[in-house]
Amino acid sequence: MTTTEPKPDLVKDTVSVTVDGKTFEAKKGELLIKAAQENGVYIPRFCWHERMKPVGMCRMCLVEVDGVRGFPPACTTPVADGMVCNTQSETVKKIQDGVLEFLLVNHPLDCPVCDRGGECPLQDQTLAFGPGESRFVEEKRHFEKPIELSDLVLLDRERCIQCGRCTRFADEIAGDALIDFVDRGDHMQVLNFAEQPFDSYFSGNTVQICPVGALTARQYRFKARPWDLDTVETSCNACAVQCRGAMQSSSNRLVRLLGVDSEPVNHGWLCDKGRYGIEWIHSENRVIEPHRRVDRELREVSWPEALDAAAGLIRGALDAHGPDSIALLGGARGTNEDAYAFARLMKSVIGTDNVDAQIGDGLPAELVLGVPRAEIADCDRAAAIVLLGPDLEEELPVLHLRVRRAAVELGVPLVDLAAVAHGLSDYATVVSRTLPGEELGTDAMEKIKNARGNRPGPVIVVLGRPSMAESPAVAMRAAKALREVPDVRFLSALRRGNVHGALDAGLAPGFLPGRVTLDAGRDWFTEAWGEGLPATKGLDAHGILEAAAAGKIEVLIILGSDPAADFPDADLATRAIAGVKSMIAIGGFLTGTSRGAEVVLPPTLAGERSGTITNLEGRVQGVNQKVAAEGGAMTDWRIALELALRLGADIDIATVDELTDELARVAPAFEGVTSALMARARDGVVLPLRDHRDEIVLRTRALSILAEDGSGASWDPIKVEGEPEDADAPGLEPDAV
Amino acid sequence: MTISEERRIVTKRLHDRPDDSWTIDGALATGAYDVLRETLAEGDAADVQEQVKASGLRGRGGANFSTGQKWSFLPADLFPRYLVVNADEGEPSTFKDRMLVERDPHQLIEGIVISAFAIQCNQAFIYLRGEFALGYDRLTQALDDARAKGFLGTDILGSGFDLEIVVHRGAGAYICGEETALLESLEGERGMPRLKPPFPALAGLYAKPTVVNNVETLSTVPHIVSMGGAAYAEIGVNKSTGTRVVAISGHVKKPGNYEIEFGCTFRDVIYGFGGGIRDGHALKFFLPGGASFQWLVDTDEHLDAIYDIDFVQQNLGTTLGSGAVMVFDDSTDPLLVAWRLAKFYAHESCGKCTPCREGTGWIEKVLYRMSHGLGSPSDLDLLIDVGAGISPNVATAPFTQTTLCPLGPSVVSPIASLDKYFRDEIAARVASNGLGASAGATA
Amino acid sequence: MTFFTDANRTRAKEIVARYPRSKSAILPLAHLAQDQHAWLSPEAMSEIAELTGATTAEVQGTCSFYTMFKRRPCGKLVVSVCTNVTCLVTGGPEILEHLDARYTLDEDVTVEEVECLAACGGAPSMQVNYEFHEQLTPDLAESLVEDYKSGKRTARTISGSPSPRTAGPGSP
Ligand SMILES: Cc1cc2nc3c(=O)[nH]c(=O)nc-3n(C[C@H](O)[C@H](O)[C@H](O)COP(=O)(O)O)c2cc1C
Ligand code: SF4
Ligand code: FES
Repeated sequence: MTTTEPKPDLVKDTVSVTVDGKTFEAKKGELLIKAAQENGVYIPRFCWHERMKPVGMCRMCLVEVDGVRGFPPACTTPVADGMVCNTQSETVKKIQDGVLEFLLVNHPLDCPVCDRGGECPLQDQTLAFGPGESRFVEEKRHFEKPIELSDLVLLDRERCIQCGRCTRFADEIAGDALIDFVDRGDHMQVLNFAEQPFDSYFSGNTVQICPVGALTARQYRFKARPWDLDTVETSCNACAVQCRGAMQSSSNRLVRLLGVDSEPVNHGWLCDKGRYGIEWIHSENRVIEPHRRVDRELREVSWPEALDAAAGLIRGALDAHGPDSIALLGGARGTNEDAYAFARLMKSVIGTDNVDAQIGDGLPAELVLGVPRAEIADCDRAAAIVLLGPDLEEELPVLHLRVRRAAVELGVPLVDLAAVAHGLSDYATVVSRTLPGEELGTDAMEKIKNARGNRPGPVIVVLGRPSMAESPAVAMRAAKALREVPDVRFLSALRRGNVHGALDAGLAPGFLPGRVTLDAGRDWFTEAWGEGLPATKGLDAHGILEAAAAGKIEVLIILGSDPAADFPDADLATRAIAGVKSMIAIGGFLTGTSRGAEVVLPPTLAGERSGTITNLEGRVQGVNQKVAAEGGAMTDWRIALELALRLGADIDIATVDELTDELARVAPAFEGVTSALMARARDGVVLPLRDHRDEIVLRTRALSILAEDGSGASWDPIKVEGEPEDADAPGLEPDAV
Repeated sequence: MTISEERRIVTKRLHDRPDDSWTIDGALATGAYDVLRETLAEGDAADVQEQVKASGLRGRGGANFSTGQKWSFLPADLFPRYLVVNADEGEPSTFKDRMLVERDPHQLIEGIVISAFAIQCNQAFIYLRGEFALGYDRLTQALDDARAKGFLGTDILGSGFDLEIVVHRGAGAYICGEETALLESLEGERGMPRLKPPFPALAGLYAKPTVVNNVETLSTVPHIVSMGGAAYAEIGVNKSTGTRVVAISGHVKKPGNYEIEFGCTFRDVIYGFGGGIRDGHALKFFLPGGASFQWLVDTDEHLDAIYDIDFVQQNLGTTLGSGAVMVFDDSTDPLLVAWRLAKFYAHESCGKCTPCREGTGWIEKVLYRMSHGLGSPSDLDLLIDVGAGISPNVATAPFTQTTLCPLGPSVVSPIASLDKYFRDEIAARVASNGLGASAGATA
Repeated sequence: MTFFTDANRTRAKEIVARYPRSKSAILPLAHLAQDQHAWLSPEAMSEIAELTGATTAEVQGTCSFYTMFKRRPCGKLVVSVCTNVTCLVTGGPEILEHLDARYTLDEDVTVEEVECLAACGGAPSMQVNYEFHEQLTPDLAESLVEDYKSGKRTARTISGSPSPRTAGPGSP
């Protein structure tokens, strides 16, 4: 952050610096290389990376500073008031020429066959700052190339310029020091240990930050040349962190996802799951045309035929058994707009509240929507972070990095109350294992109090279920106990990509879009949608499956989910699938569940669709289409509208932006989050918008779920509805009720 | 007539008791630990620091920095703090610390305990060059004996002062002589120099305040304390006080270590102490302070220059460095010497800085060609230019550098020296090897 | 898996205990490993990692920085011949050449060229398992190596520890 206008009223936290004759104000203690860059002077560099500690190894950023002897590296020199710095003098240029010529001494210059060719910092800076030709005519150093650091990452040691970015990332950021330099001098090379590959959930980041083509990813290797790559910025939907990324395609195939630095979310990092998962949309097993069961066989049919069939099933059930005989499971993998369209279809057009985006493997919507929320960035300034959920490294990898950084770099105390040891346990200041089902003892409260000490800032609780074996009621009671902690905020550790967006959009029993309860929002939504809202709260996943098993569900709509595989009580799931009259599956793959469907409708998947998604902190970010849909795949929201149309409701929506705007108009928590705003907000926006809060609180008057400050819900729903339902939830301890 | 009389202070015991100077008995019989006893009896740490400051003692590791001043940089009330002894002696042709460790370990230990007491530190480490196996045996034996006699450990000689000393063996890396690389190595890392600041005095070993001193420096401390700082400052010349153990090697009649009082001349060093050039040959050039600095030659200006740290720096653009003097006679090919030194630096570069990592290797390869009959006329200028990429103005001492530590720039000293004194000889050589411009560098 | 003998594992734990941070023990433990096993095997490095709380990659990274650690099997005798400048002009290269030729096929003897050994007063010089020998000629050098081979002289370990090892505190 820099600023040119002085701030007379504040204590001056900036200093005045002159670089190449240009004078500007820079933040105290800021590194010269960064301050200069933010003020339009690019100082060449290789080893320095904004998100890692400076090491001053490559010597590319040397500059002259008046009054300082020698040539300080801009990457290790903090700005000082009155500092006068020259990055263009003859001497500095000579040094830059020198460093580049030195770097090329042992570099193979095989750019034509190098993945990095065309997007290579070494290549670019040689053009911009280099001597042109090398005078080195001796024998170059030779290495066998390339070698495998892991199944994913390959290393060409001849191209390596020993900047140490990869080894420092592995150690400093990921905490997996599984690669290090070996040997020394110009034989120095990066290596993993004999039988131990570089198996890190974050290894792909090293490939991305390698300033040359030394590290390559098996997936991307030789797939395409940078100049025929075509890029859009988007958000990863592989988990609920939703890291910012740049999605790249070549001849209509997704080939690469690169991390984009977003201060509030991912600092530029991605996990390998997200980075390398993008290609699944091109899988041969994917269903890309509508199917319908014709004499016991799923046969490919036209969209109109499939949609008519699906609508027919729904209509039949409605007429014969009423709306409650229809239910929907899923919706956590689509966009907010997809979820909203289905919420409206189910709750308004059809009129059933038997809708659940979670498959019994998450937390009750009352809890997720009810607790005061933290933002990911709050971790950096937290007084303490309480870990009460699953292994973040497994479930929400880049959140794991953020929490680790808070603990290791920023000294934020970690209180580990999780049931079992996990990826962050090593960094915990206090560990107190709560056995499955066990209550949070007062001692745990003490531990949090002590850990926090008198550090300023909120206490952040990462709340989730350590395993599916544990009842959500435990997390719920823990949350209730923890809300006594002053200035506590929660991050709900739900895994599925857009589960928070789906809940916000109303895909949960008892809720309508915008974090309002069915009852509280009834008038408002009847106004917006028309008559026909369900009279009472419907069933959640567990209830739906039991009803199905009991033969009470006529039509089960499976929206991108697979209860057979994901519902904790597999036996119940199987009985349910057997007991349901007919299933309509909307999904890109045939699963244990959808194999039994009457109709299968292929939706577009990540990379093929645009819209918005919402991460675990409630941040709405845009996702963008990069490639044309495979085959006849249709967006979820359009499928919903087509079904609505066939059920007699003509919802006049033509584009996804119109849906985004309708959501902003009718769903309280989404107030103000218009397509126009989303186009502007690079880092997205956190719901509910602060500057709209008053209207929201006003507009949603007595909405029980929305807390006074608009940040979350009142706590009542938990008490009222939380526990009885859990009584027979799987794995629940008897004492829990 | 040249001076050849040593002024033995730190080398006195090992000369007086050639057969057992390193044993506890030999040492005690020659007054070892007396000064320690008095010092602890008086119990005035500040006074010890005062004496050391007053003595004008400058570090004998090569940087010639004032020891008293270095100690005073320790932040007043930050504990724990560490004293680290640099016994990694790896500078080519330097072999004084090895002698002091092998033949008078008790003097070193006494120096360490007194110095640790002076700077209020209770844990010292001796980083000993890994190849010094005998030195290691004798040092550990000496430590055990000293501990047994109560000169070491808890409540030393009833003074209430505690000190533990751990000997840490290196394992073959010249760069670990550089103090921050040494600290990295001592922490179990690759011996790569650290960024400064922070300087060790503020954040050194385990990020705690740390003093790093050379073996000879600390071996001198007991003598300063016993004779008094002022008296020690009387010895020597100008700001180069006291004596220096000079390691003389090469084509001299009497190579070896000589404890020399500052203020004599290089002529005294080479012809007096060193006994002159071997018969039938004449002096060609000499390295006045280890391998890392510029050479001097057979001129009165150089031979009559005073052996004084500052004089040499200001007037000859080189330094007394590690206190080693390497002498080469007229049978020597300066190109071969330059190549072998470059090979040394290329082999010992830690690899952290681009200019050193790649430049030392490049320079070694070119010098190899030149010294083996494959040079081309433009090679010397190429070397000068490549060298400038590591040390933009090596001709001045102290030179500037594009690297983190001074190892890289050291490889440029031989080049600058070749250019200064042997340009014509090289030109002739290259012409005669018949390859002319065809070989290498201009291609 | 344990690489160290029980005795050495106990020593190893003592050594680790000497330092405020256990990672500091990597070098001494690597020396100990070579005293026991005559080279620094992956098994040794894995156990050093376990004892010092470092990763195996870090232990390998550290050890590979230092020339005294042999990450490939080598002879029982490591003969280190200095060819740095003083030895260069007093016959070091000739000694190296002679011993090289003499022992290339002898897997008990590993001849290596090394940097200045701090024995220039007696150049040319060499070490046999880190025992110093000065003022050498090619023949004298060879006869010394032969003495070690025949046992006329007792050699130190390839990490330079007295053989048989004295177990004084402070060592290895
Ligand atoms: C490449 C390099 C090698 C060095 N080697 C040694 C050495 O072997 N022994 C030593 O005492 N100092 C050596 N030094 C100097 C140390 O960095 C440090 O200045 C010295 O140990 C401080 O002790 P002193 O003040 O008592 O001299 C070396 C410096 C450099 C740059
Ligand atoms: S100058 Fe050479 S030895 Fe010194 S830190 Fe840089 S690379 Fe390492
Ligand atoms: S970017 Fe500053 S030294 Fe590498």
